[in-house]
Amino acid sequence: MVVTPPAGGVELSAVSPNWVTTRLDFLSNWARSNSLWPMPFGTACCAIEFMATAASRFDLARFGMERLSYSPRQADVLICAGRLPFKLAPVIRRIWDQMPQPKWSISMGACASSGGIFDNYAMVQGIDTIIPVDVYVPGCPPRPEGLVYGIMLLQKKIKGESFTDSDLRQEHLVDDAGMFLPPERVDELSEPFGNSIHQTRSG
Amino acid sequence: MTGVSPSVGALTAEFGSAILRTVVSCGDSIVYVTRERAHDILAWLKNTPGQEFDYLTDITAVDYRDPERPLEVVYQLRSLGRKADLRVKIALDGSAPLEVDSVYDLWKGADWLEREVYDMFGVSFVGHPDLRRILMWETYGEGYPLRKDFPLRGHFSRAEQVRQALAANPEAQYSLEELSLAQAMHDLPADMTERLRRGERGLVP
Repeated sequence: MVVTPPAGGVELSAVSPNWVTTRLDFLSNWARSNSLWPMPFGTACCAIEFMATAASRFDLARFGMERLSYSPRQADVLICAGRLPFKLAPVIRRIWDQMPQPKWSISMGACASSGGIFDNYAMVQGIDTIIPVDVYVPGCPPRPEGLVYGIMLLQKKIKGESFTDSDLRQEHLVDDAGMFLPPERVDELSEPFGNSIHQTRSG
Repeated sequence: MTGVSPSVGALTAEFGSAILRTVVSCGDSIVYVTRERAHDILAWLKNTPGQEFDYLTDITAVDYRDPERPLEVVYQLRSLGRKADLRVKIALDGSAPLEVDSVYDLWKGADWLEREVYDMFGVSFVGHPDLRRILMWETYGEGYPLRKDFPLRGHFSRAEQVRQALAANPEAQYSLEELSLAQAMHDLPADMTERLRRGERGLVP
């Protein structure tokens, strides 16, 4: 739903929630959450589970998602299914930038969410250092039920949104390169954890 | 398939002292040759009747973390007609620059194999027509990842790696020919055409 502020009037994002805005929120959120078009960004084995999720047994069409959008321009939710090497980081960033608002993203699987077992020089340690992420689905790879649960969580999240929230889906880039997190935050997110802390050979 | 390959005796008779030593490991014959004569030896192995190693299975390199022999470049050869294999190794000297002659003129398949060894180990192949990184992006500045002295997580901080990756231009990684876009050039948006023409690849270290 497009909300354009009237010329010289108040922006809707500046008004406090009232009966009219919450009813409008309900309507738009109901429509948005039940017609999410996914943009699949499948790079690894998670994409196989994603395909299973889209196929007949698990049937993404139940969520209004049967139309996989292979063009970011017509997509609502970016599903990163699989590990993301640094070489693909500018690619997923550009796809994210090409998606029109409102847009959401799901980080599917351990590698997309945290780098997983690939704590090495080539792999992004969690796509939340590249794009904002709404729902993380754990698993290696997650079962289709896991992804479906993640999608339902995302629907729940969308149903709680309000366009009176002026900071909703605002991305504040911190530098010209396109980073949206400050460097120290990226370093903190990329810290080794779990078994990775023992991988200290050769520095 | 055990025992020394008959090619080893023929090589020793032909090249003498350029054949440093020969090893049989797990039934495979391995020939260590000098860096200077390696190209001649490989050409001889390919072109001589009775050898006919017409298929280059792989080129790779091994880093032994040993100052005496920093790197070995490995050529795995195969004769499709004779159904015979031979492994040729070049031990590189740590004090000299890591350079060997390209065998692209013998086997065209060496093109990407040598680029991969260059990318991962930093071995320069003299005479290669297009020696660029192939797995990592061209502006990658952290060094050569498969060397033993390369830290597992890279030299830079994660933030710096993310910043450099995001600053890269994904369209500029490939030439028009690699994208098979040469014929479609006039269909592209003007700004993309301009960027591709200028080859906006960033600073190649």
